[in-house]
Amino acid sequence: MSDIAATIPLEVEAARPRSERGVAVRAPGAIEIYRQDFDRQPAAPRWLQSLREHGFARFEALGFPTTKNEDWHFTSVAPISEQPFTLASLTDATAATGSERREAPRRKADAFGQLGVRPADVEGFGFGESGWHTLVFVNGAYSPELSSADGEVVAGSLAHAIEAGNPAVERYLGRIATFDQHAFTALNTAFVEDGAFIEILPEAVVELPIHLVFVSEGDTVSHPRNLIVAGRHSRATVVETYVSLRDGTYFTNAVTEVVVGEGAHLDHYKIQRESELAFHVGTVQAKQEANSQFHSFSFAVGGSLARTNIYTALDGDAATCTLNGLYLTDGSQHIDNQTSIEHIAPNCPSHEVYKGVLDGRSHGVFNGKVYVHPEAQKTDGKQSNNNLLLSPQARIDTKPQLEIFADDVKCTHGATVGRLDDVAMFYLNSRGIGPERARTLLTYAFAADVLESIELAAVRESLEKAVLSRFSA
Amino acid sequence: MLEINDLHAGIGDREILRGISLRVNAGEVHAVMGPNGSGKSTLAQVLAGNPTYEVTGGSVTYNGQDLLEMDPEVRAQNGIFLAFQYPVEIPGVSNAYFLRSAYNEIRKAKGQEEVDPLEFLDLVEQKLKLVDMDESMLSRSVNQGFSGGEKKRNEIFQMAVLAPRLAILDETDSGLDIDALRIVAEGVNKLRSPENATIVVTHYQRLLNYIVPDFVHVLASGRIVKSGGKELALELEEKGYDWLQNTATAGSAGAVA
Repeated sequence: MSDIAATIPLEVEAARPRSERGVAVRAPGAIEIYRQDFDRQPAAPRWLQSLREHGFARFEALGFPTTKNEDWHFTSVAPISEQPFTLASLTDATAATGSERREAPRRKADAFGQLGVRPADVEGFGFGESGWHTLVFVNGAYSPELSSADGEVVAGSLAHAIEAGNPAVERYLGRIATFDQHAFTALNTAFVEDGAFIEILPEAVVELPIHLVFVSEGDTVSHPRNLIVAGRHSRATVVETYVSLRDGTYFTNAVTEVVVGEGAHLDHYKIQRESELAFHVGTVQAKQEANSQFHSFSFAVGGSLARTNIYTALDGDAATCTLNGLYLTDGSQHIDNQTSIEHIAPNCPSHEVYKGVLDGRSHGVFNGKVYVHPEAQKTDGKQSNNNLLLSPQARIDTKPQLEIFADDVKCTHGATVGRLDDVAMFYLNSRGIGPERARTLLTYAFAADVLESIELAAVRESLEKAVLSRFSA
Repeated sequence: MLEINDLHAGIGDREILRGISLRVNAGEVHAVMGPNGSGKSTLAQVLAGNPTYEVTGGSVTYNGQDLLEMDPEVRAQNGIFLAFQYPVEIPGVSNAYFLRSAYNEIRKAKGQEEVDPLEFLDLVEQKLKLVDMDESMLSRSVNQGFSGGEKKRNEIFQMAVLAPRLAILDETDSGLDIDALRIVAEGVNKLRSPENATIVVTHYQRLLNYIVPDFVHVLASGRIVKSGGKELALELEEKGYDWLQNTATAGSAGAVA
């Protein structure tokens, strides 16, 4: 695993402060609040404490990204950086159990009672299927009362796995999701405490999906950290859902690290349905070994300001990935989707289709990077991003980005931005279907096209319904 | 049923229809023929209410109502159907869903109850046979990946299900091989009845061997230059459109019947 270890930025001390890099220094207020919470965190095992410290040092050095940063050119995070969020695990725990917040299991039990999330609520966040392994997190903290995972899989709280000294956690945590250039990942790393830890043993085929449900509310920040290790030739499906019960101005800063072992097949879904007042930054970062398959689908519909990063590195011969996604924006929402496919090894196909439907005064962003290393010959990369603007005030910034350093590759990309087709509108009208209904149908059709790629029927049908009801006037 | 009086229409400043008058009664089949650019497709589109075209003069009365005042979906709900020359592909919407939506919208407009998917399936099964299409097409996206012939058959299939009172076929024969042409024509013929009327817009006489019209009208430069019985189509086939364009003194002579 030396290759992975090499990516961890251990020379944090050597990093130059931001001001020297010519980037504007922002008001220190918010970072100072994160510093206070960082210092108040309960103690962790030494290795984790060290990882957190590296994370925080890097976050302090980078600061919140500005629009001068190429990856954040179209997205200002000022609404996040200017708001004094306090750490959910501290405030929830204080309210629930006073000074006893260090006692992890008790805190989690109380979080359930205090925030009032009920099993029926969780069921509502599901996909109408029973028997799935479901892990529920309330403001980032695992809730055993709301969760149900049987012995078929190793899937549980990351906090427990850390406490139990699971060797895979120490081995992989912080090694896949690099944070030398990613401020939010660095911030998350500084606050690693809980989230999901999923270990699919080699050769294991997990039939039922594993569903991670992150329920948030209030005005705090949580940093869920998930680690998924799919052993060689294993197969599993993981769904991450981010939801809220009530409108809240909370901030979710989630990071999921994924190791897809040799010949393993992992399907991953990220369903972002946060409160429309909330802030969400979610990063899924995968590393794929030879002959592995990683299929990601990202659905983003919630949040006032939301950013999803799906990154994968094809680091073994003939590894395959598909990164598909759908984002629906309305009102004054800002939803940003960033993907990165790094072709490190040869003979890897990568496919990517992202679609967006933008209404109101909303703003969507898509940035799809495909980076082909000199060794990655016979790369076959296809990327497309199609956007439908439903209102004259809606806006999309789309940027396919190909950087190719190998000479024997096939890479295509394309982006489209359009409005509803008048000819198709008239076709529907001429069949008796009025303008409102026709608009619903055509919009639905545009979006449903990419939903068809979803393997998991329950998720596909649920999203189809969600899309249809959203566009039904 | 339909009375067109001195109809003028065009796109922007370009006038395409320059005074069309035509009367269509229930039970009749009218063929509208003419060379490219004569305005025959425009006539079909204007009757169906395509907003791309602007009506600049004249009137159209349909069953006593002012047709030009109706939105396209209202025309359809009142029994007008246009079979498109270029049927539109709608990826992501199945034929079944699309057609059931249309069927139910028309029923709702008539104050009838909507039908559920199962009832609808029963209803469409025999109509599929009419155009020699397989049930599996119902779950495919509307016209997506269809061959030219399949698209045209799908138009006739939709027509069979929606059972219009006035069907307008816009160049339904273009791009069809002889077998597909026969299937399409048989479909249309089976739907003929004393209550319904059909306007067949076509460039070639070929289709009229299969769908025999009661009247034939020839358009040139946005006007009907000659009207006659089915034998006019044969005469045109023999002499070509030049024959009429050179003697286009018939001007805006109205149609017979």
